[in-house]
Amino acid sequence: MNHSQEWAPQAIQAEVDALKHKPGALLPILHALQDRIGFIPEAAVPIIADALHQTRAEVHGVISFYHHFRTTPPGRHVVQICRAEACQSVGARQLEAHAKARLGVDYHQTTADREITLEAVYCLGNCACGPSIRVDDSVRGRVTPEAFDELIDELQTRPLEVMG
Amino acid sequence: MSVRVYVPRDTTALSLGADTIASRLEREATARGQPITLVRNGSRGLSWLEPLVEVDTPIGRFAYGPVAPGDVTALLDSGLLEGSVSHPLAQGPTEEIDYLARQQRLTFARIGITDPLSIEDYRAHNGFCGLEAALQREPQDIVEEVKASGLRGRGGAAFPTGIKWQTVLDTPADQKYIVCNADEGDSGTFADRLVMECDPYMLIEGMAIAGLAVGATQGYIYLRSEYPLAKEILDEAIRRAEQAGYLGDDLRDSGRAFHLEVRLGAGAYICGEETSLLESLEGKRGLVRFKPPLPAIEGLFGRPTVVNNVLSLAAVPFILAEGAEAYASHGMGRSRGTLALQLAGNVRRGGLVELAFGTTLRTLMEAFGGGTASGRTLRAVQVGGPLCAYLPESQWDMPLDYETFAEVGAGVGHGGVVMFDDSVDMAEQARFSMEFCKVESCGKCTPCRIGSTRGVEVIDRIRANDNREANLALLSDLCETMVDGSLCAMGGMTPFPVQSALKHFSEDFQRTANGDRS
Ligand SMILES: Cc1cc2nc3c(=O)[nH]c(=O)nc-3n(C[C@H](O)[C@H](O)[C@H](O)COP(=O)(O)O)c2cc1C
Ligand code: SF4
Ligand code: FES
Repeated sequence: MNHSQEWAPQAIQAEVDALKHKPGALLPILHALQDRIGFIPEAAVPIIADALHQTRAEVHGVISFYHHFRTTPPGRHVVQICRAEACQSVGARQLEAHAKARLGVDYHQTTADREITLEAVYCLGNCACGPSIRVDDSVRGRVTPEAFDELIDELQTRPLEVMG
Repeated sequence: MSVRVYVPRDTTALSLGADTIASRLEREATARGQPITLVRNGSRGLSWLEPLVEVDTPIGRFAYGPVAPGDVTALLDSGLLEGSVSHPLAQGPTEEIDYLARQQRLTFARIGITDPLSIEDYRAHNGFCGLEAALQREPQDIVEEVKASGLRGRGGAAFPTGIKWQTVLDTPADQKYIVCNADEGDSGTFADRLVMECDPYMLIEGMAIAGLAVGATQGYIYLRSEYPLAKEILDEAIRRAEQAGYLGDDLRDSGRAFHLEVRLGAGAYICGEETSLLESLEGKRGLVRFKPPLPAIEGLFGRPTVVNNVLSLAAVPFILAEGAEAYASHGMGRSRGTLALQLAGNVRRGGLVELAFGTTLRTLMEAFGGGTASGRTLRAVQVGGPLCAYLPESQWDMPLDYETFAEVGAGVGHGGVVMFDDSVDMAEQARFSMEFCKVESCGKCTPCRIGSTRGVEVIDRIRANDNREANLALLSDLCETMVDGSLCAMGGMTPFPVQSALKHFSEDFQRTANGDRS
């Protein structure tokens, strides 16, 4: 993921203005902001509230309801581990424990070097080839603890985009 | 002429290295002076063979799988480009692979064969015939056809699709909507994803037909945010369908309009529940609504709305093209047509298995699945998602049909079949059911919100042998309270997997969490 951590209120305003006329515009707006910035900055809330004629509390309420939206910057990569049943049956619990130990973080936390944010996810639709994880926008299947370590090594040394 | 080679581009194939395989094949074949025409097709749904590479030969397509990037050189050496079957990964003619040949593919007839985004491919394989037929017919006529097919909602509740459409058709309004539920949150399910990634025009066609049937001109696909690839493919398919006149203001010069847009969810399982989904589409928190009013009468933005699962809508083009009888002639009892089963979890041959209703789980798990992936004894299977029961071996011989399953307190749900071997700890699974409900509850009612939190605590105490018998009794009471007092099936059905674990696997509640019996 290549998020610019720099954002200006004008840029937020432009994203909001481009989408505010859609029926039910709030989720599309939040997605657009998070895709661009990596999270929903606090400064966006009053801008969105104004544009949609809602209260700030309403906008906050929506942001906090959905697991996907975050209000603090993530690491350079977001790694999600599938915790759901089909992956459990092939070792997801062991993978989860291994990942936390390897990265030294729990879910919703970011490694000290700000490379990786670890998240839980409940099914990635890859249930016949688990355990599954998602790294930014790509899903990996049959992830053993060893494969996980290799992946993390690669993430920490070069950008995911050039990986084979 | 260069040989056509197919390397799938669905999430599962990609998750196992399909992109690397595709680029290596192209590069190495060129280096050998035999440049190939690479097609990125959809998946055949044979997940256990993914990435499944196919090669066109004069006598049909030949398959190789599961291919790892490191196999490419040896496969080319062995004569892959000529369809040779000498390599151990060679599966012979694709259509003759037993797993595929034994299926009854009505909805999934095209997946994996075509390039998902090619409208020409889609048309060449009977695509848009259903829509062309619907454009010649009156709305009531279309609804009658769907009713006669016996199609019931594939999202879980199994409500007759034609009857739902009738209600929307009969409710006058200035605007009506078709909403496709593509939230596919159940663990063990991926059939919706396969439709969207591998045959997106089928869903577009089904939605356009629904629009014609009930008089809706706007459709939304509510897609879970966990499926970024499906989003990309759908967006592009919609753009191309608009260009070709299958969507937009004037469908195929008929003067009738249908517009379609994909909207992303945001990681909330409850937004698969139809009223929570509508709230979310309106830009709100996904709190479940009280029913009535039904969404068919007051749905999205208060207007009459058809909410249907991806597979329900995807079944419609076949029904309109081939006629209701062609669909209804499959199945048993009141479960007509085919069911898209998804074999998942600890299974040797996982994947999509489309069959008429009436097969048994045992056939599915053994003849198709080949038993567990670990090679250990199969012990429990969860059918129908996280809100449905775990079934012990004594229940593996029932025919898969809505009524038969309901009679024993089980569910078919969205067709997910998650297998567990004998290393599973069913008390731990029961705990997870409660934990999942705690994480995903919308919070509107107490039995669900507080009950699930208590459920986790009580199971922890049982597993720690802290006042075990009293806590087992408490857990039973808690389950009953949740079943009776919850507003929707999230809180109301979370107890089902827990109760089934207690009933059929009670021994697992008699030992401590680290595995010692006490
Ligand atoms: C907690 C919960 C989650 C649900 N998740 C989904 C889902 O992911 N996809 C789906 O199609 N239906 C889901 N449903 C069922 C829907 O509420 C609804 O019945 C369905 O979308 C109707 O479409 P159908 O008649 O075509 O099945 C869920 C229901 C509940 C209670
Ligand atoms: S049962 Fe749970 S998810 Fe359903 S309405 Fe009540 S709190 Fe919300
Ligand atoms: S349960 Fe992990 S991908 Fe579906």
